[in-house]
Amino acid sequence: MAADTDATLSSGFRLLHAAASAQASRTDALFLAMLLLCGTVAIVLLVLVVWFSLRYRRGRQVDRTPPREMKGIEVAWTVTPLLIFFGVFGWAARDYVTMADPPADALPVSVVARQWMWKLQHRNGRREINELHVPLGEPVVVTMTSQDVIHSFFIPAFRLKQDVLPGRYTRLWFTATQLGEFPLFCSEYCGSEHSQMTGRVVVLSPSDYGRWLASGPSEPGMAQYGFALFRQLGCSGCHDPRSTIHAPLLEGLYGRTVHLQDGRSLVADANYLRDSILVPAKDVVAGFAPVMPSFAGQVSEEDLQALIAYIQSTHARDATP
Amino acid sequence: MTTDALPASYLEDGMSLRSWLTTTDHKRIAILYALSITAFFFVGGAAATIIRMELATPAGDLVSNDAYNKLFTAHGVIMVWLFLIPSIPSVLGNFLLPLMLGARDLAFPRLNLLSWYLYLAGGLITLEALLLGGVDTGWTFYTPYSTMFSNTYVVLTLVGVFVTGFSSILTGLNFIVTIHTLRAPAMGWFKLPLFAWAMYATSLILVLATPVLAITTLLVAAERLFQIGIFDPAYGGDPLLFQHLFWFYSHPAVYIMVLPAMGVVSEIIPCFARRPVFGYDTMAYAILAIASVGFLVWGHHMFVSGQSLAASMTFSLLSFLVAIPSAIKVFNWTATLYKGSIRFDAPMLYALGFVGLFTIGGLTGLFLASLSLDVHLTDTYFVVAHFHYIMVGGSVMAYFGGLHFWWPKATGRMYPEVWARIAAVLVFIGFNLTFFPQFILGVEGMPRRYHAYPPQFQVLNLFSSTGAGVLAIGYLMPLVYFAWSMGRGKAAGDNPFGAQGLEWQARSPPPTHNFDAPPVVPARVYDYQADEPLPEAAP
Repeated sequence: MAADTDATLSSGFRLLHAAASAQASRTDALFLAMLLLCGTVAIVLLVLVVWFSLRYRRGRQVDRTPPREMKGIEVAWTVTPLLIFFGVFGWAARDYVTMADPPADALPVSVVARQWMWKLQHRNGRREINELHVPLGEPVVVTMTSQDVIHSFFIPAFRLKQDVLPGRYTRLWFTATQLGEFPLFCSEYCGSEHSQMTGRVVVLSPSDYGRWLASGPSEPGMAQYGFALFRQLGCSGCHDPRSTIHAPLLEGLYGRTVHLQDGRSLVADANYLRDSILVPAKDVVAGFAPVMPSFAGQVSEEDLQALIAYIQSTHARDATP
Repeated sequence: MTTDALPASYLEDGMSLRSWLTTTDHKRIAILYALSITAFFFVGGAAATIIRMELATPAGDLVSNDAYNKLFTAHGVIMVWLFLIPSIPSVLGNFLLPLMLGARDLAFPRLNLLSWYLYLAGGLITLEALLLGGVDTGWTFYTPYSTMFSNTYVVLTLVGVFVTGFSSILTGLNFIVTIHTLRAPAMGWFKLPLFAWAMYATSLILVLATPVLAITTLLVAAERLFQIGIFDPAYGGDPLLFQHLFWFYSHPAVYIMVLPAMGVVSEIIPCFARRPVFGYDTMAYAILAIASVGFLVWGHHMFVSGQSLAASMTFSLLSFLVAIPSAIKVFNWTATLYKGSIRFDAPMLYALGFVGLFTIGGLTGLFLASLSLDVHLTDTYFVVAHFHYIMVGGSVMAYFGGLHFWWPKATGRMYPEVWARIAAVLVFIGFNLTFFPQFILGVEGMPRRYHAYPPQFQVLNLFSSTGAGVLAIGYLMPLVYFAWSMGRGKAAGDNPFGAQGLEWQARSPPPTHNFDAPPVVPARVYDYQADEPLPEAAP
């Protein structure tokens, strides 16, 4: 009955051995090294246990003089793993830092997760549900939030996964290195239909991707829509350069260091802009009165992303020549 | 060896139900625990059986998705809090600790009985939640799903966990005081059996970590019942705060489950290898090191959760460090076999099984401690396989090994050795067949907690489900032959395995007051000699 709808992915996918991102090959290299290392240790221990068990089994005539203390060997089997562990830690940490640091020119995609669906939007306004189309060989950065519970965005073929939380943005970036379709899973348990919260990532050649992006229903670009919201919600009443109200200007704000009233400084990223719209009293800019009202409950997650996309776009216009 | 002139054994000291339910004898309380955790083990096992039947085919066709979600939650909650955590400490620890120390009972016998009643109350409340309709949050209760979105019996289950937690705390407290104050006069700290060291370290974790779990359950209940914003961002809370609090308890809880297992294995291997345990001091320090560093690694459950880069790096490094004392223990057990005179009785088969499976569980833990690998492997079946190797391959194997090792002491009867060996081998084979394929499934990307899955994962899932059947038979067999041995098993004698340790100087089964004459503390702990004459023994 419901059986065929439950397994939403067709059997055409071949997950095993598919390594379709630049990160995937780095992860696989470490995985193989670890497999070799740990496999060797396991086999050596197994051989020793079996060999001792056979050689020293009860009733067998064999020299059983108690061995002398072996401090040297104890130190060796403590220090050697320690050194190896530092090496493995460093290797894995280096790759992890790379994962956390998307290139500045990465293609942005916005994701809103909800029970039990992925909603995605490209910068030109093109929307997708449970599918993500990306171009081959170009870095893509996915900025994600959830409307309800915690989800997790998992693309096994890219060896990447990132939890998607309500109330904040998390992100994940990749460069696809192989054309084709790859499964997308929700990997953080999120309720009844957790196992149906699946989809696929479609990697297209850059020209196919350009065609795909241009096709489909025409919608305003995210920044353009964000600008409309910026007027409509009255943000421009205070934040417009011509406004008489003393409010910070937002043009070119994204990515800049902001100095706050309480002495802290932070970089204006998506999470800062989000909090400033919903909880304006949290991070007040130095020199300004905390007069901004909260917009919590008035803007949807999609609208928030559009507003941030608009502020980000002014950053591009202001870039120093 | 027993004569009629001596006082009756603890089993015969009052035969009424009332005498059992009001007992303050640590040995009887151990039996009460054994019976109750066995019942919960089979309830949790039944849930696992349905899960494995569902997963035999890709489509979710045996039970509904909601029923499946409740089943894996019930399996986790019951196995962790109602079986694994009390298993070795509350059954074997309760029975053996006073005997091993040469004491008459624990320091606080009535508190000990209260622990059991709290455990039973918590267990029954949890069971009640299950019967009313169950809970579907997973045993991890992640917020805001558990606080705001699940419409199942979350609070009732948490009340059960909360109450059970107090049983843990009281048992821990009791053990700590007992080990400090009730050791036989000649028994210094470095003459303690490693099982007692393990109980000591475990008790410290129980006392220090469980209160954090209690606080966390209260906070979840407060947000769920009164919409007090703690974890749900919609009310101004932070969902990651829950994960920090939860894992601050639940990671050390892994050591609550595995340290006692290490203690059991450290008793069995020297006895059946007839060699003193290799590097006794190092083994004791390693236990303490695991218990203390184990408090500082909880963030390794959160590498993809959105915690800061600096936090992830720190937790990854500390996770590698906590692996060192575990590795040392494995090397030392292996070295204990060298130049021994090894016999493969059922307890030894379980102990050797433990060493192998724990090693695989530990080595795969290194994969998960590696930041970039964890990004791919976390929340997949790789993690499921990893922690089952530690908690089932490790803790349950050791618990069964301990049951077989001390069964003659507790009952005065021998079980049929051949059947016991067959069961040990079946458990080992069934376990590997069930859980090894899950490592591969995880590497291929199959997420945890999936009711239905893409068809390319089916072959490995079929292996796993078949293995679960073998494992179930292996677990059921002891139930039968242990019951049989109570009536028909041949008399065991006081020390059938020629084991060291003060518990073997008591009668089998011991009298209520434990020792007829003050036990003699040997000059050296684990004073086994490979060329000594063999004790008359089981086959």
